[in-house]
Amino acid sequence: MASTDVSTPTLQRHGLSDEQLRAIFRNMLLQRQLDNRGFQLNRQGKVPFALGSEGHEALQAGAAMAFNRGRDILAPYYRDLGLCLGIGLSPYEILLSIFARAADHNGGRQFPNHYSSKAAGLMSFSSILAAHLPHAVGAAYAIKYRGEKGRAVLATCGDGTTSEGEWHESMNFVSVHKLPFVMLVENNEWAISTPLDKQMAEPQIWKRAAGYGMPGRRFNGFDPIETYAAVKEAMDRARDGGGPTLVEGTCYRYLAHSTDDNDMTYRTREAVTERRKQDPVPAFEAVLLEHGIVSSADVNEMRQSVLRETNEATDTAEAQPYPEPSDLYTHVYEGAWQPWQS
Amino acid sequence: MAVVSANSTVMNNVEAVRATLYEALKADDRTVIIGEDVGARGNVFLITKDFVKEFGEHRIIDTPIAEASIVGIAIGMAMEGLRPIAEIQFADFIYPSFNQIVGEAAKTRYRSNGEYTCPMVIRTPYGGGVRGALSHSVSIEALFYHVPGLKIVAPSFPADVKGLLNTAIDDPDPVLFLEHKKTYRLIKGEVPNGHYTIPLGKANVVKEGTQLTVVSYGLYVHWALEAARQLEEEGLSVEVIDLRSIRPMDKTTILGSLEKTHKLLIIHEDNKFGGIGAEISAMVAEEALFALDAPIRRLCGPDVPAMGYAMPLEEEFMSSPAEMAEAMREMVKF
Repeated sequence: MASTDVSTPTLQRHGLSDEQLRAIFRNMLLQRQLDNRGFQLNRQGKVPFALGSEGHEALQAGAAMAFNRGRDILAPYYRDLGLCLGIGLSPYEILLSIFARAADHNGGRQFPNHYSSKAAGLMSFSSILAAHLPHAVGAAYAIKYRGEKGRAVLATCGDGTTSEGEWHESMNFVSVHKLPFVMLVENNEWAISTPLDKQMAEPQIWKRAAGYGMPGRRFNGFDPIETYAAVKEAMDRARDGGGPTLVEGTCYRYLAHSTDDNDMTYRTREAVTERRKQDPVPAFEAVLLEHGIVSSADVNEMRQSVLRETNEATDTAEAQPYPEPSDLYTHVYEGAWQPWQS
Repeated sequence: MAVVSANSTVMNNVEAVRATLYEALKADDRTVIIGEDVGARGNVFLITKDFVKEFGEHRIIDTPIAEASIVGIAIGMAMEGLRPIAEIQFADFIYPSFNQIVGEAAKTRYRSNGEYTCPMVIRTPYGGGVRGALSHSVSIEALFYHVPGLKIVAPSFPADVKGLLNTAIDDPDPVLFLEHKKTYRLIKGEVPNGHYTIPLGKANVVKEGTQLTVVSYGLYVHWALEAARQLEEEGLSVEVIDLRSIRPMDKTTILGSLEKTHKLLIIHEDNKFGGIGAEISAMVAEEALFALDAPIRRLCGPDVPAMGYAMPLEEEFMSSPAEMAEAMREMVKF
């Protein structure tokens, strides 16, 4: 797009290199491609269920860049595809989850998007919202208890989860004990069909930080660089023994809650289309082009490589075997315990 | 505590829990205790009295009043390498943590295909007979024994408390450890010195007999023993089995006893419908129906929400040793 501006404003990059900015953008492209792939496979009748994170791409790619691989712990929720990619999961691992294959970390037991990987520092979680937050708190306690410097727990949730009692209990406990913990709320304005104004009287979730005696901050989750800066500042404080922070990123859920949801029963297409104008993926592409961090040719090559990688991962994962029926019975306990011992 | 020999010490159940926890804290730096009033107060039954002075606030963790996260935080600690012992102050308060126990702790290993595990103990005092009213008297075992992934222990004697609590602490999976409040100071016994463990899923024949098998656990083991000894004086021979472990449960000991007595009476404080006795009855019906010479009988709590505070309401709820003796007489004479 031709510009008549004589000068381009300097990009506030918060220490991010060109390479990191390109990695963030590639993560965003990959998220969208994998999201679409899950929905496509569902519509093709190949998988019974898929969840999307569209609208969260910038927030998650930016936040993941503030995560130190091999040191930090991530306690995510089920709409965190980009965070999980950003801390090291591969598209193949994502597709194994979508296809519920035996080689999936969960052995095909959990719904898609319920990733876990001990090697990646990615804590196992269920679909029950906020139940994972006390686990994240316990992990942060273990880090502090062992005196491990330079490690922190990044816990995430959507706006919906902030109404759960365990959200409060977790925020309270981490602050009492000044644990190395960051609560990242991805506020996409919808708890399935329930809008923010029916979830809370005060829609600025970050303000609750004051009640817990911890720093709080809100940022534009459509801007991956602003997200990175906010999450990095909070994670650094946590790693340095400065205690927990509540950070709230604003974003939007472009897709229905899942392949089983019809969002047109509770919001209008016009409203979603209006918010699409702010779509963070093309917006960040424009920023990178404007500042010469990528060329149009680079973007094309990235899109093609993301599609290629997704196609290869799809084919490879689909070719993997399902778990055996006998796998139903493993890992109930360590060893072969039965309720009746004989 | 009185030392009666070089090899054992007489303790009550509070002292047995306390001594075992103390040794666990001494033995393993990964062990922490997390719960309400476990620090300066030393637990409401003084089980952890002075622990905080010796082990510090970072290991004896006083929590806010928030049972879901007491269990949930312990799960996270266990997932990341600590060995937490969580305490729910009274079993009646465990309901807010139901999801953390059933939905999370019991499923951590399973849902992660063995990548994450949850080696933790949840201790809680349960049971009535102490004027505890509706919210300090309940039995909770039936709500949890349905759940694969959990193990549940309910010892009756101080020596079993120590051996089974040691096993629970060493166990690689979550264990719900139930301590009957009424037995805390009422029941004393010799406890072997030094470290030992008792395997889960092994019942104990606490009195041998030939005419009737009584299966029980917790406080009622002691009352059933009292009743059985009374019947002994009447010339009736009753065998009493202390389950000790509710999940897993010991099939062999129950069926072995029935081969001898051919009659089964199950006694528990928890209410009858859907209780532990129902599962035992079903197992015996499936596996040993033709060994029976009489219908199985269950003497259990009534199907009301809980025992009341007023003495007559509590007494009406509880089965007395006299009622147990009468049920045993009827069964033997059947």
